[in-house]
Amino acid sequence: MPEPTATIPVASVPEPEPSPALPPEPPRQRWFLRFTLAQRYLHAVLFTTFLVLAATGMVMRFSGSIWAIRLARQVGGFGAILFFHKFCALILTLAFLIHVRDIFARGLFKREKGIFWGPTSMVANWKDVKDLFAHFRWFLGMGPKPKFERYAYWEKFDYWAVFWGMVVIGFSGYAMWFAPTFARFLPGWALNAALIIHSEEGLLAILFIFAIHFVNTHLRPDSFPMDYVIFTGRESEEEFKHRRPLEYQRMLAEGRSATRITDAPPKWLINFSRVVGFTAILIGLTLLILALSAYFVG
Amino acid sequence: MKKHFSIGLSLVVFALFPVWTARPLHAQSDCLSCHGTPGMTDSSGKSISIDADKFHSSIHGSLTCTNCHTNVKGYPHAANAAQVDCSTCHADEASGLGASVHAKASDHPCLSCHGDPHQIVPKTDASSPVYPLNIPKTCGNCHGNPALAKQHGLANVYGSYMDSIHGFAVSKEGLLVAANCTSCHGSHGILSHKDPKSPTYRTNIPGTCGKCHVGINQQYQAGIHGQLAAKGNPDVPVCTDCHTAHTILEPTSAEFRMQSTPVCGNCHRDKFSTYRDTFHSQLGLLGGYVQTARCWDCHQAHDVRPASDPASPIAPANLIVTCGKCHTGANASFVQYQPHANPRNRRLSPALYYIRLFMNLLLASVLTFFLIHTVLWLVRSHLARGNGGKHA
Repeated sequence: MPEPTATIPVASVPEPEPSPALPPEPPRQRWFLRFTLAQRYLHAVLFTTFLVLAATGMVMRFSGSIWAIRLARQVGGFGAILFFHKFCALILTLAFLIHVRDIFARGLFKREKGIFWGPTSMVANWKDVKDLFAHFRWFLGMGPKPKFERYAYWEKFDYWAVFWGMVVIGFSGYAMWFAPTFARFLPGWALNAALIIHSEEGLLAILFIFAIHFVNTHLRPDSFPMDYVIFTGRESEEEFKHRRPLEYQRMLAEGRSATRITDAPPKWLINFSRVVGFTAILIGLTLLILALSAYFVG
Repeated sequence: MKKHFSIGLSLVVFALFPVWTARPLHAQSDCLSCHGTPGMTDSSGKSISIDADKFHSSIHGSLTCTNCHTNVKGYPHAANAAQVDCSTCHADEASGLGASVHAKASDHPCLSCHGDPHQIVPKTDASSPVYPLNIPKTCGNCHGNPALAKQHGLANVYGSYMDSIHGFAVSKEGLLVAANCTSCHGSHGILSHKDPKSPTYRTNIPGTCGKCHVGINQQYQAGIHGQLAAKGNPDVPVCTDCHTAHTILEPTSAEFRMQSTPVCGNCHRDKFSTYRDTFHSQLGLLGGYVQTARCWDCHQAHDVRPASDPASPIAPANLIVTCGKCHTGANASFVQYQPHANPRNRRLSPALYYIRLFMNLLLASVLTFFLIHTVLWLVRSHLARGNGGKHA
């Protein structure tokens, strides 16, 4: 992902750093932009459609369990469940295609740096492997905490898991939706395989997002109860420096802090983030419990 | 037999030979001179009053009282008349009844169904308790009584029948040809369904239902179930296994479609379990989508044949038509879809088995790795916070 673009409001920007080498402690907290509005919207579309897809998908996968049947009857039976599933699938597909187009437009045609490689790219590199091992050493108290760049290895994993998940789940889903059409170039047993792949990959996504992503990103002590940066786009200088020291230092070294600096997140946006975020986490954890109970209890 | 005298004939005889025919008529009017009094009761309070008009218009109106009350010879007569024996005239019915499940009934066996003995009308008369449209209510007097059903170890079936497609046809549409109790069970010679001579004995059921459902019975007999049933195989389904005996639903109704697949699954367990893995089953279980393929949508309901039979709808050559009933545009590749695939069986579905195995391993490895990662991280973060740092 690239640096945020110059759409940041600059009116409230304090004086730029006098010297990158000696950052003076500012009198009040400074805020930096991490995610652009477009990126925040992308995440919002992603997680709202994902919640509906997960809920309706699980009802279908665990169609024998009592809660699934009750939920389905509440919303109008299978027809309604499948309608919501397909509706959200279309929106998510659209968002995915816009994102891919955006990546290629910026990386290939606008020749923007840092899309496909480098410290700001989502593409994994050797440092990620080293960070993973260093992180484990730090977990076990055998070494210092690794210094992360703009995207840490687990964030890249989240991104690619979702990326390939969407390709796999999307393709198998559309194969079932338009089965006779897909059967023109796929063998019949591929339609059987599509359901297995779709449902297993979907379950993986649900378990991963609600059990791993939620904890790593929101519920772990460092960001508990929630990391608002994906909703507000902004994070404080203290958080920035602590979480991704390499990116922070690189920003200062390149003298680009002025382009990143922004105003504090307004009160309404934080409250909005709280409501939306906690709702999403609550729904997600409920679905997680239902999925686990249906998977293990039957 | 005396009942064969018609009322018309007796009137003619009466007009031509008044003296010769006077005695029997006198006998009836003699009796009615006392028993015609309304409200007359015996010493125990039981009514012994006869409505002369109703008796005369009944099917037995031409008979004299002593034809049935044979122990009454003259007046005065004994206080307790002997119980009337209907078998004197109705010998066939009585012998059937004597061998039936109702043989030991404590009440007079004939009157429980035929009603007041002095007002019996032909069964074609709409006021008769054994008129086809009245039969369910008549039988229901006992068989709709939960206490009685419990006492005799019977299912209390009257309510189920009345809510069934047959019951509705009788009660709502007044359809004379709709099956009532006697259509299947017979009337006088009702036998237990455990008796091989009973029309409701398991192997006789297709023939019993087939009396009306001739076309369906032909299809059934042509199919694998009917052929095996004809060979005396007791395990194959007969009509009532799928449709039930009394609670028979309209087979195209959502209620029947949604509940009936497990019926086939009672025997075809492996096919049912693999069906449950598919989208077709998920659609059905969640409700609101009645069209989803149930067993007989592909296999036929009555003329069920194995896929090796070219006349079967699931024979390879017929699959495009069969699947195409719902899936517009189904082609030769599409119908290779296995509606009973079993990804747990490596021998039957190797490709699906390995795909499922791969997906499960992927799921397990990703989740295990990140679970360990997350737990270690949480523990470390808590320790670091304990050391005084806000961030960890």
